[in-house]
Amino acid sequence: MDIKKTPKKLNVKEKYRLMTRDLAWEPSYRDEKEIYPYVDYEGIKVHDWSKWEDPFRLTMDAYWKYQAEKERKYYAIIDAHAQNNGHLNVTDARYLTAIKLFLQSISPGEYASHRGFARVGREFAGVGPQVACQMQSIDEIRHAQTQVHAMSNYNKFYNGFKDFANQRDRIWYTSVARSFFDDAMSAGPFEFLIAIGFSFEYVLTNLLFVPFMSGAAYNGDMATCTFGFSAQSDEARHMTLGLECIKFMLEQDPDNIPIVQKWIDKWFWRGCRLLTLVAAMMDYMLPKRVMSWREAWNIYGVENGNALFRDLARYGIKPPMHWDDVEKSIDHTSHQIMLGLYQWKFGTAFHSWTPTASDIEWLKEKYPTTFEKYYLPRWEYAIAQKENGGEYNNFGLPKLCQTCQLPCLFTEPDDPTQLAHRETEYEGEKYHFCSDGCQHVFEQEPEKYVQAWLPMPSMMQEPLKGDLAAWMEWASLEPTASGEYANSEDKANFEKWRKQVSTD
Amino acid sequence: MAVVANGEYKFPSRDRVENYYGHQLLFACWDHHMLMAAPFMLFGAPDQKLGDIIEQQLKPLMQPDPDFDKIDWDAIEWTKSGEPWTPDFNKTIKQNGLVHKEQFCFKTPGLSTLVPPQGE
Repeated sequence: MDIKKTPKKLNVKEKYRLMTRDLAWEPSYRDEKEIYPYVDYEGIKVHDWSKWEDPFRLTMDAYWKYQAEKERKYYAIIDAHAQNNGHLNVTDARYLTAIKLFLQSISPGEYASHRGFARVGREFAGVGPQVACQMQSIDEIRHAQTQVHAMSNYNKFYNGFKDFANQRDRIWYTSVARSFFDDAMSAGPFEFLIAIGFSFEYVLTNLLFVPFMSGAAYNGDMATCTFGFSAQSDEARHMTLGLECIKFMLEQDPDNIPIVQKWIDKWFWRGCRLLTLVAAMMDYMLPKRVMSWREAWNIYGVENGNALFRDLARYGIKPPMHWDDVEKSIDHTSHQIMLGLYQWKFGTAFHSWTPTASDIEWLKEKYPTTFEKYYLPRWEYAIAQKENGGEYNNFGLPKLCQTCQLPCLFTEPDDPTQLAHRETEYEGEKYHFCSDGCQHVFEQEPEKYVQAWLPMPSMMQEPLKGDLAAWMEWASLEPTASGEYANSEDKANFEKWRKQVSTD
Repeated sequence: MAVVANGEYKFPSRDRVENYYGHQLLFACWDHHMLMAAPFMLFGAPDQKLGDIIEQQLKPLMQPDPDFDKIDWDAIEWTKSGEPWTPDFNKTIKQNGLVHKEQFCFKTPGLSTLVPPQGE
């Protein structure tokens, strides 16, 4: 009788080699240029794709196993949340504004990232980045889906959630996130990785996710908080991929350094402009606050950023070009954005409100040099309007920035009493910007940004021709989802239902 | 600088004047007055009188500002593309040299109810 041989179990290293690197082959009847037509045109020189390191050494079989386990845990909690009136456990219904804004602008960005990584995974010529991008692509669509599922329970009870997918393309403040991701997706594969993989995932992601997920936890939103945990290990992998991709590019050829620097300058600035919406969320939208935008920036922006750029200095990479302007803006942006969102609240798919007395004390304490002096008088004006039975609204259509698409509501870096006016002329047409950073991005690639779809100028074109009511209908901006929180159905329902639950 | 592309890359601008059926966009900003958070977008035909645009579109939007009633319209300092400029309200948009997407700004020194005076 033959002795049955136990099959030898592969060790991790071997398994990784066989299930990633070994999947590649040398083309025999087509040349590399035909198969990978997009790897050269951006000017990035790669001499040896095998130098791409994957610190996680994750293979597809292990990936599916981990993700399936996380999904099981995640959906168990989501089901429990729905069955136990989780929608009534949040601090109060003001909190919903934060997650509506997240769902309308950030979750569609996850989906855009999914598409982008699927594309660049196909376009790169090395099997290491191909596999890493494939996994990130699947992560990103999982994130989009789980976020939508986490918030779907709220959609049964509250206004403003239902049409987020169309609203992503149609509302003026969502176009900020949309244009950010569209810009990345229409770039070449290497720029996409610097844009999303490095600048967004590595440099800025903590500024987005930590406040959102701890904000969710602080404010009793178990569903969103659970999503955060489920995504956390993926984010760690994405950050590592982002850092690996930049080091790979910089080590492959010294000619890559100025190209990478240009992209870091661009995407750091674009990311910071996008995050001004998060700044408003942190300082104004959470009924129970985690930390101020200034505090978050000091930890996740300044400390982590300094360490990172010290590390990259040995490659000849400098901190992003407009870093100082961002630093100067930190004590101002959340107030400027929130005053804007409040006065245009008839055109938002979430509610806003004037800060309460305790909010004002908190803002004074967190922003001792700016809030009381520059922003409190405008809030007091708005509060006085309400007390007199009126409401502070701005029915003017704002001038939008050609690059970031936000209304041009930011001030000069050194003068908070003066809006920054920046304009340039390209092929006989004028273009306007909110800042030097955005003007710089435009001037690097004017052919790209002249095509930008800007919600306000578009509204005046065919077919709407300035018909505000028709535009609001097209953008699913329903009166029940807009306007002052104090008068909202969401507030009334939340209070009524919560009372019922607590008296049962 | 130019966009890096792997083929010809030439597309018309999205907001070119041809898309506004004989009209154009203008932007106006009341400097140091940020109750209304951003410059206003205005809309009109080149042969419309500038004064009409100001009276019919701009002034109603500025009205909520507590400084509005105190404006001395003869003492306003006007600028266009950062340069001093003197508008003629009785002339048309075109005669005033305001092209598509032009922004004009104005200062009303001494009025600073909601935003501190410049430099303070």
